[in-house]
Amino acid sequence: MGLFLLRRFGVMLLTAICLTFVVFFLTNLYPNLEKLAKTQGNFRMTEEEVATWLGNRGYTRSTVAKYGEWLGVIPGYVIEGSDGETRARCAPRGLALEDAPRYCGILQGGWGYSTRAKETAGIVMFKALKLTGFLMLWALIVTVPTALVVGILAGMREGSRTDRSLSTFSIITSATPEYVSGVVLIAIFSSSAVGLKWFKGSAASAMNDANLVNFTLPVLTIALFSIGYIARMTRASMTEVMTAQYIRTARLKGVSFPNIVLKHALRNALIAPFTVIILQIPYLLTGVVITETLFNYKGFGWLLVQSAGNNDIDVLLGVSVVSVVIVLLTQLISDIGYVYLNPRIRIS
Amino acid sequence: MEPLTTFEIITRILYQFIPVWISMLVVFLASISFKRKLGLYGRIFDSPIGIIGYGLVTFWVFTAFYAGFFDLIATHDPLAQLSGMKNKAPGTPLPRPEDGQYVYYLLGGDNLARDVFTRMVKGSAIVLAIAPLATLFGYIVGVTLGLPAGYYGGRLDTILSFMANLILAFPVILLFYLLVTPEIVATGIPSYMAAVFFVFPLIFVTVLLNSRYHVLPKLRNRLIAIFLIIGIWVYLSTISEWGRGTLVDFWPSALDLFNIPGGVLVVFVSVVFVNSPTIFRIIRGLTLDLKSRDYVAAAQTRGESAWYIMLWEILPNARGPLIVDFCLRIGYTTILLGTLGFFGLGLPPESPDWGSTINEGRKLLSVYLHPAITPALALLSLVLGLNLLADGLREESLKD
Repeated sequence: MGLFLLRRFGVMLLTAICLTFVVFFLTNLYPNLEKLAKTQGNFRMTEEEVATWLGNRGYTRSTVAKYGEWLGVIPGYVIEGSDGETRARCAPRGLALEDAPRYCGILQGGWGYSTRAKETAGIVMFKALKLTGFLMLWALIVTVPTALVVGILAGMREGSRTDRSLSTFSIITSATPEYVSGVVLIAIFSSSAVGLKWFKGSAASAMNDANLVNFTLPVLTIALFSIGYIARMTRASMTEVMTAQYIRTARLKGVSFPNIVLKHALRNALIAPFTVIILQIPYLLTGVVITETLFNYKGFGWLLVQSAGNNDIDVLLGVSVVSVVIVLLTQLISDIGYVYLNPRIRIS
Repeated sequence: MEPLTTFEIITRILYQFIPVWISMLVVFLASISFKRKLGLYGRIFDSPIGIIGYGLVTFWVFTAFYAGFFDLIATHDPLAQLSGMKNKAPGTPLPRPEDGQYVYYLLGGDNLARDVFTRMVKGSAIVLAIAPLATLFGYIVGVTLGLPAGYYGGRLDTILSFMANLILAFPVILLFYLLVTPEIVATGIPSYMAAVFFVFPLIFVTVLLNSRYHVLPKLRNRLIAIFLIIGIWVYLSTISEWGRGTLVDFWPSALDLFNIPGGVLVVFVSVVFVNSPTIFRIIRGLTLDLKSRDYVAAAQTRGESAWYIMLWEILPNARGPLIVDFCLRIGYTTILLGTLGFFGLGLPPESPDWGSTINEGRKLLSVYLHPAITPALALLSLVLGLNLLADGLREESLKD
């Protein structure tokens, strides 16, 4: 087990390094830097001015050196600019050059500086992650029980009318991407054209004070897609378990149907959905990006869209580190959990 | 003139779709009467879910076909802005109709006074041109890399799987933002990626023909020569047309066969890039499972080449799950295309594809529903149809 964890950890580290390097390379291509210079400096800069602006801030050096600085394995730059001002990577705004540390990459805990929000990238990401964590938590609280109940009810009597209608429901929801379900939900529940106006079509106010009126629609939008998917997996696993020998034995012994479902089938039927639920979390991330954009909720997904649109390099790198860690951690948890839940694998 | 009632709108829309109804009727009657001779395809008609799914899919395929090639069904020009029709409700008549112009906006006008119905119909042509083709390309890349990874295993497998997992660990939307923005397109990176991706079909078909006909060298040489001449021509036309000003722009325009709008190819490449690692993993898994079968051992004993075994023994036997996955994946690709449109990436903003129109329409969603709801429901019904079709196919293929 220790060796397995160590290997997975190594692969995770390698993946994170490769991935961030790709992001680093793409965000540091010259047209992107030019755009950054123009949005940060001013839009009427000539090409030479752009070049000096970038040179003074250390952007024009080789990608590998810059990546090393970002990681924190190469000392940060100290450049005496052509405008006479000396800038250092590790001495942002106000800090004297002598007091600045030599290294300031993510290994030292420095996430860099968000050129869009004019704030430390770490703080920007932390705020956004807190908001998204809250949204994801509620989405999962809605998704998991609903999906499991729907899946189990549909799967316990295969081919029954309950099964048919619940399966139709889950197929429809799993065929609806977030931008469609969000639009439909807003149209039904918050537009003046239909006139129900139960909920709000914007979740901007939910960032400080989340309540039923402003938070229901974003949570539902994220939840619906996953509900359909997880419910279908649960149903498949449940129907398989219900045809097993030991269920037949229990029936022949005269155990009542609710007892069969709750005591004999449920635990075995939940092994496969567990993996699916855990692996669904990275997918939720994509859904979160769409939902947060649609409902104007300034979480992690919104941050991704904004920083990608403004080429906010440090934040984009931070976002990719966080998402790769989430993806790989969920894979690890699902592997370990699968072994833990399934005694057949544990013993062998 | 009075605006149309709901009933009139519905009848008029149904009337506009007449070519589609006729074609669907012909296809369904022909398929049902010969269904016992049509193998798996015919068995779709044994499952009600399959029939509904197939109906939805054929509906959109024919709509796209007639709207894209013959300019039928659509009532106006998808880009024409008629004054006085801004955000008008469904069924509103034109204020000053000219001769030969359709008198109503059947599903209303959008915020630039364009016909919502026409844009939805024209959008289907774009979506159904890109999604299946991008899925097919993803499959070709996935098969060409997945088969050897599963069959040989070892270091090749480790490297390829690592790369696939790397792409899969990327959040899809970040990847789109990094590949499809105008700044990156200006550096030519998507053009180089296209140059790499579009080689795969050439390799795939060449290897396919070679492994099959290597015992008949004359026939093989002729087939491969013909294929390569046409294939390389098409290949060079495709990549050079688009990569103007980059390294791949060397093909003389006199020999250029066709002209694909730039945005479409960027979108195409990024969708293939996102899809192929998943397909790679599926193919690799199936190959690992199938390579220990007796017929593979028999082929190895006969002394068949490795590529013959992969392409003509393993691949045909993996077709069941692959056909089902192909249907599902077209739906998934449609969703991805919509996501790109939703974020305003790739295709030009006035493009009538469904994602872009949803993005346009959502800004005024709380007041005017029809511009966003129409493409949203269109997309939903196509993806739903593909999912139902895949379910029907899975059910029927599991029966034997």
